Amino acid sequence: MIEKKLKDYIPIVGEEVIAQLEKLSQPIKGKIVVHINSTRVGGGVAEILERMVLLMNELGLKTYWEVIEANSDFFQITKKLHNSLQGWEQDFPQNWFDRYLEVNEHNAEKFRNLLYNADFVFIHDPQPLPLAHFFPKRKGKWIWRCHIDLSNPWRPIWKLIRPMIKLYDASIFSLVNFSQNITQTMYIIPPSIDPLSEKNCPLTEEELDRYREEFGLDPKKPVLLQVSRFDRFKDPLGVIKAFKMVREFQPAQLVLAGGGATDDPEGEVVLKEVMEAVEGEEDIHILNLPPESDRKINALQRLADIVLQKSLREGFGLTVTEALWKSKPVIGGDVGGIKLQVVNYHTGFLVNTPEGAALRIRYLLEHPELIKEMGEKGHRYVKENFLLTRHIRDYLVLMLGLMYGGKHLIEL
Amino acid sequence: MPPYFQIKDCALVTISTGASAQNLREFCQLLQKVPEESIYSHFYEGLLRFSFDDPEFRNDFAQWAKRALHDSVLAERLGIIDPHDYPTLEHLREALVEIVEDRLYESRYIPWARAGEEFYFLTSQTIVFDTGMQARTPRQLAQLIPKLSTSTIYYHFIEARRRLENKMDDFTFWIRSFGEEYQPLVESLSQVEYYFCSLSELKERLIKTFAPWRSGAIKKSRAKK
Repeated sequence: MIEKKLKDYIPIVGEEVIAQLEKLSQPIKGKIVVHINSTRVGGGVAEILERMVLLMNELGLKTYWEVIEANSDFFQITKKLHNSLQGWEQDFPQNWFDRYLEVNEHNAEKFRNLLYNADFVFIHDPQPLPLAHFFPKRKGKWIWRCHIDLSNPWRPIWKLIRPMIKLYDASIFSLVNFSQNITQTMYIIPPSIDPLSEKNCPLTEEELDRYREEFGLDPKKPVLLQVSRFDRFKDPLGVIKAFKMVREFQPAQLVLAGGGATDDPEGEVVLKEVMEAVEGEEDIHILNLPPESDRKINALQRLADIVLQKSLREGFGLTVTEALWKSKPVIGGDVGGIKLQVVNYHTGFLVNTPEGAALRIRYLLEHPELIKEMGEKGHRYVKENFLLTRHIRDYLVLMLGLMYGGKHLIEL
Repeated sequence: MPPYFQIKDCALVTISTGASAQNLREFCQLLQKVPEESIYSHFYEGLLRFSFDDPEFRNDFAQWAKRALHDSVLAERLGIIDPHDYPTLEHLREALVEIVEDRLYESRYIPWARAGEEFYFLTSQTIVFDTGMQARTPRQLAQLIPKLSTSTIYYHFIEARRRLENKMDDFTFWIRSFGEEYQPLVESLSQVEYYFCSLSELKERLIKTFAPWRSGAIKKSRAKK
């Protein structure tokens, strides 16, 4: 990976955006900032941190990114926890909770010096959430960054988790309607994509042709694509059902591209179900991609005519952001952050069923001029609102806000 | 000689107040309780938050009435409110409450938003910082206007009205100190509509307003007379 510098973003976002970041970072130059999450590869959080940490260091903040150390049993437990916090009802025995705390206690010891001395600690998602419990006397401000939809957690699990969130100085949610009224200050900061990453940078036509061949795509048939982990919440079986309905009327090909993350043990089970559902189908391509496939995903998104994200539950939905950035209309589930990004008749369509998805796919395939128009609007929307530079600016403002107290207007 | 005009910029981060309303009655009750900053935020700071193209209504209350409650009557009544018609945010709050109460009185049932479409009262933290740019004369300021970020325009032309007496913007306040010569520019600035447009549109309007003063030709011709 070629390391990108702040100046490389100027042609995309403009000089004034970078100047803003430099000015805002002045008062906190040299401060120690630590991000902790549960995986180095796979998933939106890791992707954001990979780039954000580099740029925050360039801005003069001593920024560290650490990943909690745990075995697969821990991730089995936290996956259940993750699902329950998004509303799924399932048993969560006491010994699982004990293990959850035990692994975090071990990691608290591992990172004790760094975390104790940090000025700002960002703990991402539920897996490392209990860490704050092991630092009753700490120097800096601790912020819990919640990337999931916490609006309707399963009550028994919520009762276990809520006291741990209360230990934080502030919390961050991607959307206000994902939030719970828990910490003293609740920031609303949507995530972002990096326009210069392997996953989003421009690709040449030659490279796209090579990938088309590698994936075995037919250049004569429109490509429908869903990129997501093989996860029930992403409804891959619903996408296959929608595709089969479309194909009765129009030729097309479907690509379901995904991969696992080290903190997602359910992926293999869902992938098996998907493989069974597409057995004998020539126009459906299932790609189980390893984590280092960003460039391939970039190519797939650029090769697609329409991108789907038919989730039943969704956090912000960064795959939607990526597709819009590549000027593709998105047909997405009417849930979570997809609702914020997909604006009916402007950047795509929101749907609730496989039938709805099939209907909108057919409509767009019949109106290619709309595919182009929606794509352009989507690209502009992402450029103005969901790029990494905006995300970093929000974090800088948050840190300054916490440093100077809770005033509405702070003049540097 | 008046002091230099120091050009500032601002960045804000959105904060949830924790208050949310599922129906119009709850909304009315919360509207009376939330901090003033939240009322301000829903009228002005939406300009600095992400939004898709031009929203149908300029304030978040009217947008919610239309999109979540599907109450076009209420949306139109809230949408036309210009916050600058009210001397304070408390007066603005009272006016809003009255409109909502009237609508509750007219309605046969309480309008509800479906789950996930609640109204969330927001506020923000805004950081103001120096850009390093400064203008010594109105002419220099006129030359700088096209280079300013939309958040700078917001800070000096909209947010300033909360800080200064007579709801004046920073540009006008400073230019007035240069005397009669610049009175036409002051008058032109007072004509700039800033509430019912996006920040990009406002910037364009300001560029046009300042354009004749960029070369200094207007000032010189007036001096000869």
